[in-house]
Amino acid sequence: MTITLTHYLVLSAILFTIGLAGVIRRKNLLMLFFATEIMLNAANIAFVSISSFINDLSGQMFALFIIAIAASEVAVGLGLLILIYKKYGTLDLDKLSTMRG
Amino acid sequence: MEKYLYIALFAPFVSSLFSALFAQQKKMQFVGIVAPILIGISLMSSLLLLSHVHESGEAVRANLMDWIVVGDMNITFGFAVDQVTAVMMVVVTTVSTVVHIYSNYYMDHDISFNRFFSYLSAFVFSMMILVMSDNFLGLFIGWEGVGVCSWLLIGFWYHKKDESKDVNPSVSPSWAANEAFIVNRIADLGMLVGIFLIYWNLGTLTYTEVFAQLGTLDHTLLVWIGITLFIGAMGKSAQFPLHTWLTDAMEGPTPVSALIHAATMVTAGVYLVIRANPLYSQIPEVSYGIALLGTFVAIFAASMALVNRDLKRIVAYSTLSQLGYMFAAAGLGAYWIALFHLAAHAFFKALLFLGAGNVMHAMHDELDIFKMGGLKKKMFWSFLMMGLASLALAGIYPLAGFFSKDAILEAAFNEHTYGIWFVLWLTAGLTAFYSFRQVFIVFLGDERYHEIGAHPHEAKPYALWAMSVLAVLAVIFGWFREDFMEFITKFLPAYEMSEHTHHMVWILTIVTTAIAVTGILVAFFKYSKKLNRSEKTENSFAYKLLYNQYYIPHFYEKAITKPYAELSEIAWQELDMKVVDATVDGIAKTIESSGDVSRRAQDGNLSSYLKWMTAGFVLITIIAVISVVIK
Repeated sequence: MTITLTHYLVLSAILFTIGLAGVIRRKNLLMLFFATEIMLNAANIAFVSISSFINDLSGQMFALFIIAIAASEVAVGLGLLILIYKKYGTLDLDKLSTMRG
Repeated sequence: MEKYLYIALFAPFVSSLFSALFAQQKKMQFVGIVAPILIGISLMSSLLLLSHVHESGEAVRANLMDWIVVGDMNITFGFAVDQVTAVMMVVVTTVSTVVHIYSNYYMDHDISFNRFFSYLSAFVFSMMILVMSDNFLGLFIGWEGVGVCSWLLIGFWYHKKDESKDVNPSVSPSWAANEAFIVNRIADLGMLVGIFLIYWNLGTLTYTEVFAQLGTLDHTLLVWIGITLFIGAMGKSAQFPLHTWLTDAMEGPTPVSALIHAATMVTAGVYLVIRANPLYSQIPEVSYGIALLGTFVAIFAASMALVNRDLKRIVAYSTLSQLGYMFAAAGLGAYWIALFHLAAHAFFKALLFLGAGNVMHAMHDELDIFKMGGLKKKMFWSFLMMGLASLALAGIYPLAGFFSKDAILEAAFNEHTYGIWFVLWLTAGLTAFYSFRQVFIVFLGDERYHEIGAHPHEAKPYALWAMSVLAVLAVIFGWFREDFMEFITKFLPAYEMSEHTHHMVWILTIVTTAIAVTGILVAFFKYSKKLNRSEKTENSFAYKLLYNQYYIPHFYEKAITKPYAELSEIAWQELDMKVVDATVDGIAKTIESSGDVSRRAQDGNLSSYLKWMTAGFVLITIIAVISVVIK
């Protein structure tokens, strides 16, 4: 069985859905970060596979950019998480809410 | 001469503004000095204008400014002083000056002394606009102006408790002020319609132009104009059926009653009919109706005065009755006689009211004449002047009322309207009776005032001196009847008596004087020794009918005021609350409740925001997919 573009795209879709479900369901901020990373990588897989399919390098370049941005985002994000944890003693979103809508 | 015209017009205005500067402050004596001086200046200018008009025979005209200039419409703020206006101006300013001086005495202890002068002068200014304007719109402005001032002054003691007629038959000042204003409002609508009709058909409102073009209009239209204008006159001059406000207006301070509700403002209706004489002489049927109504009001009001016990209301009824005389004369085409009676009436009626003011002061604001009596000893001069005024009112030779009222009776006889003549003749007898009933009950007989603990005292000398001017005029004014006629008929149509009437004049005079003297004698024998009251008369149906003013106020209360209030209540509860308010509230409530629901989306929880974000993302994706598929 050869691995075709469809397989890659299905994998990408499954990963994205997992990430989305994590973003919706998870209450822990750290876990939210993990979920977003999964979604970013799902997008990367789609980019790279389509790029190789149509013989255009720009998709793969874009994937590299996304990896770089994800890395810096995590660096900043984790720093913020530490600060939040220091201040509130928790990363649970339900407990971090201060507005009473 | 234009200069004097402006001085006469604006001196009262300056007086009003000057007094208004201190309106909120406690009594300042100089206000009471400056105001009469300014009104006196207006009087002087009016006299100069009168003599100028008398000598030249020409009207003085002045154009203050273009007022309304829209398209073809051009209405100027113009003034014209012709013979009629000059007479009115002198009458108004004379009485005003006297009343301004007198008010110093009457309002002496009132906390709103300055405010009173401001209103009073504002009234004079409005009245001057009314009589001096050379077009109907200016007249209307003055007309409304005097209405507002009348409202302000009737309700001058607005702080007195507001009670409806059910609770307190003598009503409160604010109630009376509103009644006067609203009744006049109704009548003014009629007048406005008349003015609109004139403008619509002639395209101008200036008297001279309007009257010159009257011939171009058809008769029905003239009748309508005549009727609608007269409705306005009926309101201002308190003719039946719009008469109830005048007696209630007596709640105002007495100088106000003297100036506004006897001498000047209420005669504005008569002035309007005299002013519009070219119109009314072309519609004899309406004129005859006016004469009939005037005659009816004359006896109608006199009959109510017969039994009334309220010092001021008796005089108010006699004002009504005399206004009826004036309308009768004007309706019969004797315009100059109507104006002559207007002037004579202004003098003696103002005097009568000021005398009543003295009595009120002496009796500590008691108005029931049955509680007075024997005041002659303490207040001789007031007695003398009120007696003189009553003699003039009764039409006794040689006082002013004799000449003017006699002329009206002669005119009625001359027109062969013997019914009108008879009723007016009978009214002359009633007039003599009720005015002297009042004078005798108040000033002669036993001293009943001890029972209410009053300590009567005569008015201050300067008040009496001011009144004496009116007293002199009330005596001598009639002597100038021929001069007056000669002067005024240069402008107003002359009224010729027929040969037959000329022969009858002396009989008529004797008959009229006889009934007047009879009235006085009856009053004298009945009331001069002591107050004769019989239970039987006072419980009779006729007495009660008259005492309750023919139950007309009750009828208005039941048939108009109450149903109207109930209708308003229904409109408020059913229409306003359930339709208008409900719609507006409904919109507001929908928005509020939708906000209440959507507010929960913004709960500050990042997790739920993310859910909303995902939901939005999914929604947009679905829409995008669907739109692609549809394409």
